[in-house]
Amino acid sequence: MKSPALDVPRSGQTSNVGLLVGLAIVGIIAAVAMLGPALMAQDAFTQDLNQRLIPPAWMEGGRPEHWLGTDGLGRDYLARLAYGARISLLIGLITAVISGVIGTTLGVLGGFFGGRIDDAVLFVITCRLSIPVVLVALAVVGLLGSSLPLVFLTLSLLLWDRFAVVARASTMQVRTLDYLSAARCAGCSTFHLLFREVLPNIGPHLAVVATLEMALAILLESTLSFLGLGVPPPLPSWGLMIAEGKDYMFFYAWVILIPGAALFLLVLGINLVGDGLRNLLGTERLR
Amino acid sequence: MIVFLVRRCIVAGLVAVTVIALAFMLTRLSGDLAISIAGANATQADVEVIRKAYGLDRPLLVQFLSWIDRALVGDFGESFFFKERVSDLIAKRLPITVGLGLCGLGLALLVSIPLGMLAAIKENTWVDRGVTVFSMIGQAVPSFWFGLILMIGLGLHLGLLPISGTGTWQHFVMPSVVLAFTGIPALTRLTRSGMIEAIASDYIRTARAKGLSRLSVIGKHALRNAAIPVVSIAAVQLGFMLGGSIVIETVFALHGVGYLAWESIGKNDFPVVQAVVFLLALIYIGLTLLADLLNALLDPRLRVA
Repeated sequence: MKSPALDVPRSGQTSNVGLLVGLAIVGIIAAVAMLGPALMAQDAFTQDLNQRLIPPAWMEGGRPEHWLGTDGLGRDYLARLAYGARISLLIGLITAVISGVIGTTLGVLGGFFGGRIDDAVLFVITCRLSIPVVLVALAVVGLLGSSLPLVFLTLSLLLWDRFAVVARASTMQVRTLDYLSAARCAGCSTFHLLFREVLPNIGPHLAVVATLEMALAILLESTLSFLGLGVPPPLPSWGLMIAEGKDYMFFYAWVILIPGAALFLLVLGINLVGDGLRNLLGTERLR
Repeated sequence: MIVFLVRRCIVAGLVAVTVIALAFMLTRLSGDLAISIAGANATQADVEVIRKAYGLDRPLLVQFLSWIDRALVGDFGESFFFKERVSDLIAKRLPITVGLGLCGLGLALLVSIPLGMLAAIKENTWVDRGVTVFSMIGQAVPSFWFGLILMIGLGLHLGLLPISGTGTWQHFVMPSVVLAFTGIPALTRLTRSGMIEAIASDYIRTARAKGLSRLSVIGKHALRNAAIPVVSIAAVQLGFMLGGSIVIETVFALHGVGYLAWESIGKNDFPVVQAVVFLLALIYIGLTLLADLLNALLDPRLRVA
C-alpha cells in the first residue's frame, strides 16, 4: 500500500465533473420517476390495440402524442419508461438499505471484536460469495412466484457481501486509532463505541459501497425481469420491457434500445456518483 | 505451508457443506413439494403416493443426508421433466458452459491486462481517463441488452455471425464477447491499480537506477508483481462468469448448464436446479481455493494465516 504522502494529488476537476454528471443523470431520472406518471397525459397500463408499435416521434410514422412510441400492446412507451424508473430506483434504494444493514452489522462486529467472531463473520461472507447469485435469485422467485416485495427481499439477502467486506476492513483500521482508545478510557460502553465512534467514521466508505450496490441491484433486477422471473407483468420494469420487445426487435430495434439505454444511463449515473464520492472522500484505497 | 494448505482446505470443505445445505433448503421453500410435483389435478391419494415415492415423508435432515450421500457418487436423481438422470443431463451440457466461460475469461484477460497496464503507465493522462471511462461504461451496460444489440447489429444487419444456437464455433463468438465484457471492467481496474502500486515501489526505482530499459522495467519487474492479484481474481472471475452464463446462454439459446437451469426453474424441476446450484457452488469454491494456493505460491508473504 502506498503511503498517502506519496500519492499524486488527483486533479480535483475531473473527478468533480464525473460526480456532477452522475448527479445530474440520477437527478433527472429521479424527477421523471416521481413526477412523470402524475404529469403525463398517457397512462402506463392503458392498452390500445389500434396503436400498436408506433415508432418514436422523430422517426417515420411517429406521432407527437406518443413521444417515445408505443409497445406491442399499444401502451405509451414514455409513460412506461417513467413508471419503470420508479421500480428501478425503488429496487436500488431498498436493496441498498436492507443489505447495508445486514452487511454493516456483520462487518463491524467482525472487524471490531476480531478473534472467533471475526472468523465466523469471514466464514459467512465466504459462504455468501460461493452462492451463484443470479441462479439462486431466479430459483427463489421461480419457486415462490414473482412479486415486487419478493424481488426486494431476495436481492437484499444476496447483495450484502461488499458492505460486510468494506465495513470489516475499515472497522479494523478505525479500531486501532487514538480516539477510540480515548473513548474506551473515558468509560464509554461498547454500544457507544460501535454506534458513536466506529459507525460515523466508516460512513463515507459505506456510502460508496451503497452506490455500487444500488447499481448492481438495479442491473440484477432488470436481468431477473428480462428472464421472466423478476417483476411481474404488467408492471413496466425496464428489464421486462426489453423482454417484451425482444419479439419485435429485429423489425423495430428501438423497442429494446430505449429501455436499455435508460437502464444504462441510470447505472452509469449511479456509478459516476459513487466514483466521484470515492475521490472526494479519499477512500481510493478501500474498495 | 502445510498448515496453511490444510486450513484452507478445511474452511473450503465447511463452506461447501453450508452452501449445499442452503441450496437444499432453497428447493423446499415453496412448501409441499409433493403437491407441486403431482400437479393441479391430483387427488389426495396421488399426492400421498408421490410423497412416499420421492421419500418426502421422511424428516428433512434424513432427506438431506441421503441426497448428499447420493450426490457424492454423482447421483442427483432423475429429472421430473426430461425423464433422464440429472447427472447425464448436466454432463451433456457442461462442456458448452465451461467452454464459454474459458473463452470469455481468455478474451477478457487479453483485453484488460494490456488496457490496465497502459492506463497505469500513462497514469493521470487522457489515456488513463479514457480507460477509466471505458470500464465505467462497460460496468453500466446490462449484459443481456448488449447481447441483443450484437444480435441485431452483427447478426441481422451485417450478417456476420449466426444469431443463436450451438452449431459451429461461430455461434460462440458473440456469447464469448458478451461474457468477456462482463469481466473486463473489474480486471482492467485491478491490473491498473496493481501496476500503479508496483511502479511506485522501491524495486522499480532500483531497476530504473540500474539503467534497465523501460521495457524490461515494466515487462519484467512491474508486471510480474502486478500479476499476483490479477491471477487470483481471474480464477474467481471464472466462477462468476460460469454463474453469469445463465443469462447469456438464455439470450443466445446456447444449451449449456445455465440454460438447463433456467428451463428447470420454469418447470419446477427441482432435482436439476438443486444439482446445478450444487455444481456451480462447488466449482466456485474450488476456484477460490485454487486462487488462494496460486497466490501463496506466487507471493510467499501470503503463506501465513
